[in-house]
Amino acid sequence: MAQLLQSILGGANQGLLWALLALGVFISFRILNFADLTAEGSFALGGAVVASLITKGLEPALSSLIAFLAGTLAGLCTGILNTKLKIPAILSGILTMIGLYSINIRIMGTSNTSLLRLTTVITYFENLFKIPKIYATLILGVLVVGIIIAVLYWFFGTEVGSAIRATGDNENMCRALGINTDNTKILALMISNGLIALSGAMVAQQQSFSDVNMGIGAIVIGLASIIIGETFMSQKFPFWAKMIFIVLGSVIYRVLITLIIYANIMEPYDIKLLTAVLVIIALALPRIKSLFKNNNFKRVKNNNRG
Amino acid sequence: MLSINNISKTFNIGTINEKQALDGVNLFVNEGDFITVIGGNGAGKSTLLNIIAGVYMADDGELILDGDNITKKPEYKRAQYFGRVFQDPLMGTAASMEIQENLALAYRRGQFRGLNWAITPKEKQLYEEQLKRLGLGLESRMTTKVGLLSGGQRQALALLMAILKKPKMLLLDEHTAALDPNTAQIVQHLTLELTQESKITTLMITHNMKDAIKYGNRLIMMHEGKIIYEAEGAEKQSLKVEDLLKKFEQSAGGYFATDRMLLA
Repeated sequence: MAQLLQSILGGANQGLLWALLALGVFISFRILNFADLTAEGSFALGGAVVASLITKGLEPALSSLIAFLAGTLAGLCTGILNTKLKIPAILSGILTMIGLYSINIRIMGTSNTSLLRLTTVITYFENLFKIPKIYATLILGVLVVGIIIAVLYWFFGTEVGSAIRATGDNENMCRALGINTDNTKILALMISNGLIALSGAMVAQQQSFSDVNMGIGAIVIGLASIIIGETFMSQKFPFWAKMIFIVLGSVIYRVLITLIIYANIMEPYDIKLLTAVLVIIALALPRIKSLFKNNNFKRVKNNNRG
Repeated sequence: MLSINNISKTFNIGTINEKQALDGVNLFVNEGDFITVIGGNGAGKSTLLNIIAGVYMADDGELILDGDNITKKPEYKRAQYFGRVFQDPLMGTAASMEIQENLALAYRRGQFRGLNWAITPKEKQLYEEQLKRLGLGLESRMTTKVGLLSGGQRQALALLMAILKKPKMLLLDEHTAALDPNTAQIVQHLTLELTQESKITTLMITHNMKDAIKYGNRLIMMHEGKIIYEAEGAEKQSLKVEDLLKKFEQSAGGYFATDRMLLA
């Protein structure tokens, strides 16, 4: 039983660190309405940057900040491809993502790097409070996620944040009101990918290694977290509450996976298929519902009666 | 005020879909003018408005606004001069945002947007007063999402947004055409009221010839990318729908195209 609780807590911890990814995907996918596949590359980029800087002896907190900045550069690249060079959104993201694969290996020098026995933000908290890793991760996760939510809440309440929200809603109106939609898109993609890279940096430090493939499926995992969070939220929720529910969605997703693996229902490599199916169902649900409400359906019934 | 000099625009150059939308259009808009624009489908009315607003760049010609050459300025930079309302009520407002948030976006038209709050308590009072001018009761629903409003309400809001920060010129692109007749009339009246109160120079495309004659001090008729007839002052006031049809047939050598213009 104690072991089960431990693994649930472990799952929750992971959920908190991956929640930064979910918030990043939320900004691109939901606020900006831009299916940004850069996520896969920028998540691994965050891990690669933090691993290579920590092994070179740099402060883990500073390394994580630099990982965030590296992510913003990835977002900048996708943004310029899409807005200035007019490459379609999905392709822009894929191009940056595939380019990042090589860059990430260049950054680390190999395809994976171990952080064992090195000081990370997590071991820093362990030593500071003299607590086991699992609690150190929990404290760190709550702290980082809390700060990010507060900053995002403030930012999207400002003039420029509001312009980004409007860009995702109605570009024509934005340009008519003097908003440079190229700039708002680029800025939103930078923030989004910065957060995703930060998430990768945190996860790499938590699992004590960074791998060039750690970002595979990142966008779907982010979407799954958002969708799980949204099933529990109402459209009337204020923005900060929505973000908290997305974090909860990410935590629930990770705990579910932990339980599935713990109960030995599935092999760990089946999880990605499960995630994909989950996202498909969630995205298809509105369509399936409308099919059942469809007038055609009623008409057929009426005809049969006649 | 606005001088439109010899503006031409051709779409899809070099393809089978090549279409000359504007062919050397000249027009001088005086301060305080209310100009109505009529013409059949494909006459170039919307293209003219979109060229003025910067949605498309002119192939040829110049746009001079108060001595300032704006021909090459991008759309978002020209927004500081022009308030716009589109035909589609969905196009002028952001559905997922609150009424007051939409107004706050419009209140900063053409201004730098930084890290100040997107909406301040002081502004909210202003918005409430402005919404009262519409007489639709929206002032008590400031935090309602715009997506929940009707087409007519959204269009009235879009109109208010276009003039909230007084533009040098208001560009209306058949902004009542997608509304039911009753709502269209309400929005049309509002347009007249609001533009007269604030003395806003206006260019209004309409398919309704009666409206085109009734409203404003000038009228222009377009056909195949050219202005084929202009009237102002007493001449315009005495016009009748039949006169316009006759003018069209004389100048264009054909029937005034669309049914909806005759039925309107």
